[in-house]
Amino acid sequence: MLGTVIIIVFAMLGVALLLNVWRLIKGPSIPDRILALDTMYINTIAVIVLYGVHNDTSLYFEAALLIAMLGFVSTVALCKYLLRGDLIE
Amino acid sequence: MIYEWIISILLLIGGSLILIGSVGLVKMPDFFMRLHGPTKATTLGMACILIAGMVYFSVTHGDFSFKEILISVFLLITAPISGYMLIKSAIHHNLKAEARTKGLNNIEK
Repeated sequence: MLGTVIIIVFAMLGVALLLNVWRLIKGPSIPDRILALDTMYINTIAVIVLYGVHNDTSLYFEAALLIAMLGFVSTVALCKYLLRGDLIE
Repeated sequence: MIYEWIISILLLIGGSLILIGSVGLVKMPDFFMRLHGPTKATTLGMACILIAGMVYFSVTHGDFSFKEILISVFLLITAPISGYMLIKSAIHHNLKAEARTKGLNNIEK
């Protein structure tokens, strides 16, 4: 049963990532695109954790933690660039 | 097996919440409403999937696996900060809001 549920949740996350890509391409303004990237890295963490459960290994946990940290830093850096026009003054 | 049921229900709830967040990101009319969709995916959806992973590794590997809580706590700490920065940049760019939004004078500079 768990294998079937994992496949179904993989399909759900794939559809969610495709919707994010749609917003990333179509998004009328730059903050919309940053928000789509922010949502994409969060969904990628979910995919990686689910892949670890699927393969019965906790090896991918560190990768998920790294993606969480770098995604947050990149979102803040992009917003700061939009606000100030410069990152390091 | 009772733990398979728990993990399956948590995974389905988490996947549904993440999908709902992305549908909200696509369907909402303006940026200030679009920001509300993915916050549910960040907090509730990720918490459900990470708790499911924690239960799975605790049951199959024998000892209690605590480290998935780290990602959840990190996301709970950083989600309001990134939301605040996104709203600041949206106000800075003078994005249009829906006309029937309450408190429009707080959005427009």
